[in-house]
Amino acid sequence: MLHFLRRRFLFFFFTYLVSSLTIFFLLRILPGDPARVIAGGREATEEQVAQIRVELGLDAPLPQQYLTWAADFIRGDWGDTIAFRGAQNRDLIIERSVNSARLAAVALLMSAPLSLALGVIAGLFENKLPDILISLLTLSVVSLPEFVTGLFLINIVALRWGRGELAQSLGWWFPSSSAVPANASFAEMLPALWLPAFAATLVLLAYISRLTRAGVIEELKRDYVRTAALKGIPWRTVIWRHVLRNALLPTITVIAISISWLVSGLVVIEYVFGFPGLGSLLIAAIERRDLLLVQAIAMVTVTVILFANLFADAAYALLNPRVELS
Amino acid sequence: MSVAASRHLVDAHNLTVSYRVQDRWIPAVRDFRLQLAPGQIVGLVGESGSGKSTVALALMRYLSSNGRVESGGSLRFDGEDLLNKSMAEMRRLWAKRIKFVPQNAAAALNPSIKIGRQVTETLKAADGIEGPEAFERMMNMFHDVNLVDPERVAQRYPHELSGGMQQRVTIAMALISNPELLIMDEPTTGLDVTTEAVILDLLRNLIAERDTSVVYITHNLGVVAQLCERVIVLYAGEIMEAASVLDLFAHPRHPYTLGLISSVPKPGQSKGAAQLQSIAGNPPSLRRIPSGCVFAERCSLVADICRGRKPPLESLGDGRLARCHRWSEVGIPPSSIPRPLPPQGGKGSKKPLPLHGGGVWGGGDIETLLRATNLTKHFPVDRSLSEILGRQEPSPIRAVDGVDLRLSAGQTLGLVGESGSGKTTLARLIIGLEARSGGKLELLGMDARNSVRDRSQDLRSKLQMIFQNPQNSLNPYLSVRQAIRRPLIKLRGFASAAADAEALALLERVNLRAEYAERYPDELSGGEKQRVAIARAFASDPDLIVCDEPVSALDVSVQSAVLNLLAELQDNHGSAYLFISHNLSVVGYLADTIAVMYLGQLFEIGDARELFQPPYHPYTEALVSAIPVPDPLLSTERILLSDDLPSAQNLPSGCRFHTRCPRKIGAICETDEPPWRQGDAGRLIRCHIPLEELTNSQRGLSLAREAD
Repeated sequence: MLHFLRRRFLFFFFTYLVSSLTIFFLLRILPGDPARVIAGGREATEEQVAQIRVELGLDAPLPQQYLTWAADFIRGDWGDTIAFRGAQNRDLIIERSVNSARLAAVALLMSAPLSLALGVIAGLFENKLPDILISLLTLSVVSLPEFVTGLFLINIVALRWGRGELAQSLGWWFPSSSAVPANASFAEMLPALWLPAFAATLVLLAYISRLTRAGVIEELKRDYVRTAALKGIPWRTVIWRHVLRNALLPTITVIAISISWLVSGLVVIEYVFGFPGLGSLLIAAIERRDLLLVQAIAMVTVTVILFANLFADAAYALLNPRVELS
Repeated sequence: MSVAASRHLVDAHNLTVSYRVQDRWIPAVRDFRLQLAPGQIVGLVGESGSGKSTVALALMRYLSSNGRVESGGSLRFDGEDLLNKSMAEMRRLWAKRIKFVPQNAAAALNPSIKIGRQVTETLKAADGIEGPEAFERMMNMFHDVNLVDPERVAQRYPHELSGGMQQRVTIAMALISNPELLIMDEPTTGLDVTTEAVILDLLRNLIAERDTSVVYITHNLGVVAQLCERVIVLYAGEIMEAASVLDLFAHPRHPYTLGLISSVPKPGQSKGAAQLQSIAGNPPSLRRIPSGCVFAERCSLVADICRGRKPPLESLGDGRLARCHRWSEVGIPPSSIPRPLPPQGGKGSKKPLPLHGGGVWGGGDIETLLRATNLTKHFPVDRSLSEILGRQEPSPIRAVDGVDLRLSAGQTLGLVGESGSGKTTLARLIIGLEARSGGKLELLGMDARNSVRDRSQDLRSKLQMIFQNPQNSLNPYLSVRQAIRRPLIKLRGFASAAADAEALALLERVNLRAEYAERYPDELSGGEKQRVAIARAFASDPDLIVCDEPVSALDVSVQSAVLNLLAELQDNHGSAYLFISHNLSVVGYLADTIAVMYLGQLFEIGDARELFQPPYHPYTEALVSAIPVPDPLLSTERILLSDDLPSAQNLPSGCRFHTRCPRKIGAICETDEPPWRQGDAGRLIRCHIPLEELTNSQRGLSLAREAD
């Protein structure tokens, strides 16, 4: 276990280093001078820009700038925003991350059971009608980009059906816009989460259910399934006790990894629904050329993705007795 | 048991099983018959594709979804018609009365459930027993199958057990409900000979105690001879012959049976005495079953009638069945144990050189191709937590630990030992696929470099290898001609056209017709693939070929032809072989000298013709006694070894074999490394027991025969 963890952590830190270098230098080569943006754009005088450059440390050599920036990031000093005047980058990002995490959690809670169930059913009925229907459904859904499903949900589900009889008789329907206040509580936010979470679910659905299906089909062919069936136990028990345990093992890893997809994949969905999450914050930061904010968001995203992968590996290793941990 | 309905526990008649392949029903088994009395053990023998596993699953009514039993046949178990039973009724039979023991125990156990739960689950289905009562029954059963430390075994996952222990668990799982019928599908295939002997012994006792009827499926005639009362021989989906074991081996009534019995090398049979008999050709495709006899194409007795009319399964009296028009003309197989050869003088160049293991080398006028001195390979092990804290270096895995070997031109050195003995690592050191950790290796009189990549072109062309599995060693995208051309061009510098001509010549030498040149590996049978691999190895005109289990993956009838080919090519080319096998009879047939390896060291070296004669090292003695000899008359006194080979990381002190040695003499075995002792004809044995004492207390195989 120790060896396993040590290797994983070394890998983790190396990836972290490379991604932070990439984020830092890539944004430095992009056109646009952050000092000028802060100074007020084209109207600012050369002196003003130069002064801000000194204040921000942008006149120092690049390696030194990187080290200062990395040290600040680790210390939690992520700078002031330009885009949202008066706020700290860190407070903004934490608030929006919490919102995105809520959205991701609802999306996972919806997609994981649904896609596992569909995948298992498809696998058990390989090439029979249920499998064909499920495959058709999941594959047609995955081929639609998020903004298309998002717009469909807003225009058809929220707006058109929301005015229909069913919605009237229920007295409640999904809101067409998820633009809630960024500091709303989870309970206040929940009604606005359903539709964007569903849009995310549709994308994950195909991915997870196809993998589950493949896992079930593969496991059903193994000898131990015959051993179990020839014990004279009901087929239902063979599936539940013997097949699913092994078939779902790889899927658990996939679900953990899909957390990292959710972090970046939610950008489009949040934007379409106007949801105040990390994704929409990123777009706002890019639009307003807030370099420090973009860097901080990118670093947070990388952190989440790396931890999700680490978690996936650890979960797989712990659940699978065959993985040698020594 | 309702004896009134039928005196047979199993009664199968005219059973035909088909599989649907691409919208066509292909009859994989045709007209199968079986009558099994309570307590009887019947062996079902066949090569791959004979339909024996299909029969096993059909008897259990557990065919895959594309398989079916054709109407017109009947299958009765204890008087009841099995073919009309519902799934629920079958499940009740599976739970208690009919049990299946699979071939590959590692795959047949659920990898993520602890052994204990998997076994008690069986009890619950069979008798509704759960909790402490089930646990106690399981402990008793584990005790009956000789599982050491049963309580810990129950807490383990399957991958934490050795192959022999896994197979014991599956046997325990099958026997725990006291079934009336046991169907065993090659339960010892894939195990070491020593473990196989132990498991067969165990099965024999367990079955006799319980009066269980058994259908035992195998490709190994030796196992049948040692275990079964009756034998059914299957070929291409049809019964060729059925008889009692004694009758079948003494007077086979089908040319196929005769061919099978004669093509297995018997212990003590040697290439010097005679070629092995073999069955030419390949089994027919099930898609185009011949209208006449299915065996006609390969039969030595074939006549016009055989191709025109299918022979019926005739009853010959005494419960014998045969499907042959000319059964009365079938001959008698050669005696299974040939007499020891007189000391040879004729073939001067073939005479083995004296071999000295202790680092002292005898002289000789024949060129020495390979000389290993104290050859060592240790695999380092990652440090564990306690070792990191204690700043200790973990002890390495000593796969090869000080081996002295010598091989001369034109000679065959056989290397035997159980899996885990280090014989494959030794081969990889010699061929240069693994870097040695110590010792000296001279090839063709020069110090050989560690890696095959650093070795000279010349050395590489002089040293070739034939692998166990030709499926994996041939590139599926290269035609046979292309595969053989490559070494010709790369190692021998042939021009393109000359290489093509030479490739055809090589094909002819391995008895493949020229039309095979344009085929791809997928279009070849296992035996044909191995012939191509052999042709490729000989393409560079090598002096030494390392053969790692070259016939283990082949069917018996094909195996003998490949062995004959290897012997013949050696005669013509003068190449030397380092021949590795777990099968002592095969090694004994081909080798001039045999080295016995255990836990990284050699324990015996000697003339191959003497291998089956005392004195031998206690380990060799156990290996020899464990051979399932295909002769039911031969009673061998088996020496059963425990199946837990010590770890090569934590080797026993003193003599490495002392933990399993049945002849251990005392503390000296645990403290002192045994000395090499020299016997007659250059034989060397590494043991604390003097050779005279070993000779007096050991029995040879052929002596056992004469005593009967």
